[in-house]
Amino acid sequence: MYRITGKKVLATGVVEMTIEAPRVAKAHKPGQFLMVMNREESERIPLTIADSNPEKGEVTIVFLEVGRSTIELGEEFQVGDHLFAVLGPLGTPTHLDRVGTVVVIGGGLGVAPIYPICKGLRASGNRVVTIIGYRRKDLMFWDDKLRSASDELIVTTDDGSFGMKGFVSDALKKLHDEGRPMDRVVAIGPPVMMRAVAEMTRPWGVPTTVSLNTIMIDGTGMCGGCRVGIGDETKFVCVDGPDFDGHKVHWDEMFARMKVYQKEEREAIASSPSCRLYFETLKR
Amino acid sequence: MSETIDIAALGGVKEGEKKRPRSKEPRLEIACQSVEARLKNYDEVALGYSPAEAVAEAMRCLECPKPRCVVACPVHIDIPTFIGHISRGRFVEAAEHIRKYNNLPAVCGRVCPQENLCEAACIINDTNPKNPIAIGRLERFSADWQFAHSERRADSVAKAPATGYKVAVIGSGPAGLSCSADLAKMGHTVHLFEALHKAGGVLMYGIPEFRLPKAIVQKEVEYVQALGVELECNVVVGRTMPVQEVLDEFDALFVASGAGYPNMMGIPGENLNGVYSANEFLTRVNLMKAWTSGAGTPIRKPRKVVVVGAGFTAFDVVRISLRLGAEEARIVYRRSREEMPGRGEEIEHALEEGAIFTLLTNPVRYIGDENGFVKAVEVQRMELGEPDSSGRRRPIPVPGSNYIIECDTVVVSIGQTPNVLIPSNLPGLATRWGSVIKVNRETYMTTVPKVFAGGDAITGAATVILATRAGREAARAIDAYVRDPNRGWYPPAV
Repeated sequence: MYRITGKKVLATGVVEMTIEAPRVAKAHKPGQFLMVMNREESERIPLTIADSNPEKGEVTIVFLEVGRSTIELGEEFQVGDHLFAVLGPLGTPTHLDRVGTVVVIGGGLGVAPIYPICKGLRASGNRVVTIIGYRRKDLMFWDDKLRSASDELIVTTDDGSFGMKGFVSDALKKLHDEGRPMDRVVAIGPPVMMRAVAEMTRPWGVPTTVSLNTIMIDGTGMCGGCRVGIGDETKFVCVDGPDFDGHKVHWDEMFARMKVYQKEEREAIASSPSCRLYFETLKR
Repeated sequence: MSETIDIAALGGVKEGEKKRPRSKEPRLEIACQSVEARLKNYDEVALGYSPAEAVAEAMRCLECPKPRCVVACPVHIDIPTFIGHISRGRFVEAAEHIRKYNNLPAVCGRVCPQENLCEAACIINDTNPKNPIAIGRLERFSADWQFAHSERRADSVAKAPATGYKVAVIGSGPAGLSCSADLAKMGHTVHLFEALHKAGGVLMYGIPEFRLPKAIVQKEVEYVQALGVELECNVVVGRTMPVQEVLDEFDALFVASGAGYPNMMGIPGENLNGVYSANEFLTRVNLMKAWTSGAGTPIRKPRKVVVVGAGFTAFDVVRISLRLGAEEARIVYRRSREEMPGRGEEIEHALEEGAIFTLLTNPVRYIGDENGFVKAVEVQRMELGEPDSSGRRRPIPVPGSNYIIECDTVVVSIGQTPNVLIPSNLPGLATRWGSVIKVNRETYMTTVPKVFAGGDAITGAATVILATRAGREAARAIDAYVRDPNRGWYPPAV
């Protein structure tokens, strides 16, 4: 079980991996995630499902090598290796109802999980305008896939090395300034980006869905480590989410909660040979 | 394999001899790790009886013809007979005899609240007060002996011929394991689904190593697998596969998904960093082994810990905190010592280990620092009023009694409710309070045909032994149902 059947480095630190997980592939719906354990003693990490192939019984994840577990997954595991555990698909799927025009925004790594969402939204009859943003041209990936899954695609880079110069929020503002139809916004990416988008659309009154990626252990509603304030309630990202109304998320609380284990994560990275080697290679 | 037991040397009853019970002797204490030693490790605190100790304690048992202990036991284990086996040196037989009533003797011997059940009922209390037979310790002894000295246990169990019926069980905690084992013995094909990566449910994620070694749990799981039960981990029924798909494939479904959803108080500051649900704290340490150096899962080293609540879980948390090096680990409980629901031995052990009890006190809000980490809790004193629906005196806040307790870790340990995943994915499944599954207590049938439920999923968080009983009784009900040509369905009144 859980054999790695494909692995591709999409950009520096960004890895695409295809894993044999027939039940997950069959049940997956856009917006859901899975939990991965590299080895028996590893932590459980939540990763968004970027694609699935029920016929082949495979799911695709795209992850950033950012902490000990993701670096070890990217550096130590090759095609043919088996992961200790894969659990999913988890979380409530993204609502894909037909509303008219949906602007779907993917920032950085968020480009991967919006791919099934774009396909799904389009399949239910929406016009999908997609904005994807990267820091630089050499960090771009899946822009071709997103182009095929959208009615219109806008690419931004922070330094202007490809497409429109600026952030995804700049492209979103431009669409709005031009008076383009916008019945709903879906934004997935770094939390600062999702907050920026949500703050931008709030005065416009455009419903905005964000997908939160908080700290989790089990991913099934047991630990509550992922809890976050949504409006005047506390919700569990793993079962109530990961999609939430971006206008209701208590962003400051979420930012604080994501830093709980910063110190321990630094120590874990320092103690892992793969992580040290990875960062040395990055420096060169 | 079986080693020779010289029962005469152990002071027991020889073949053909009559037992002369020594009930006037004091109950034999169990050897424990010293406080200093156990605070530096996670090993089991109670070390278990030696064969000589077990026989000596068993020799105190009167083997009453009308045993009150059996009545008090939720699964009515034939206690005098198994103790009789021990006093005659038949240790494996003792364990096998318990297994006729309880599929998890090594677990229940350790975690059952015997002092409120079988041991409270022991007749020796009448003549030799506070010295009942140590039934739990003897149960543990026989089960441990069996694991250590007898192989091929599962193969030796009489199994009924295969029936061809297929039953799915959701959740591999005590209820699911117990039900699966019995169904397999009855000849049914059993597929056991577990959401986590390891089987055992609350026995793995909830109860700490120093009370219930995980190797013991895994031995019980292996035993159930050896009976022919097909275990599949990493499946959340309702997510990984639709409940309907399971219903289509199997003749019956037993939902034993436990009570794993943590209750929080909903007071200000509860989402600050350093405020945990008991489930998160325990799962990090017990299941993910955050206390070992090789584990990938971190835990923040606590310095000053406030544990809210006084049940089994709260004592586990406070004792883990002390092992993680906390300078101060405090139970904050709104009632008094008398109302504490925790197991007597755990309360004693926690006190020995340095836990502080701040009783008749309840948190009001948590106070954070500039980075969003908890730095203190504001509490309020309580006094006890009239008894409430639980029969315990109701705590009432004392106005103007608020004060601040400094802390860097808070663990909210005020109970768990069942997960809503199954009910929310099964149209027509009646529940109480949205998550506790309603069943007919005679038949364990829910309002959805083919779907049975038991354990904490139907009661809310309770004890291992009650879940084990539910699993066993449900197995009988499921067996009757699948064999019934009419497949009669007797749901609960709604």
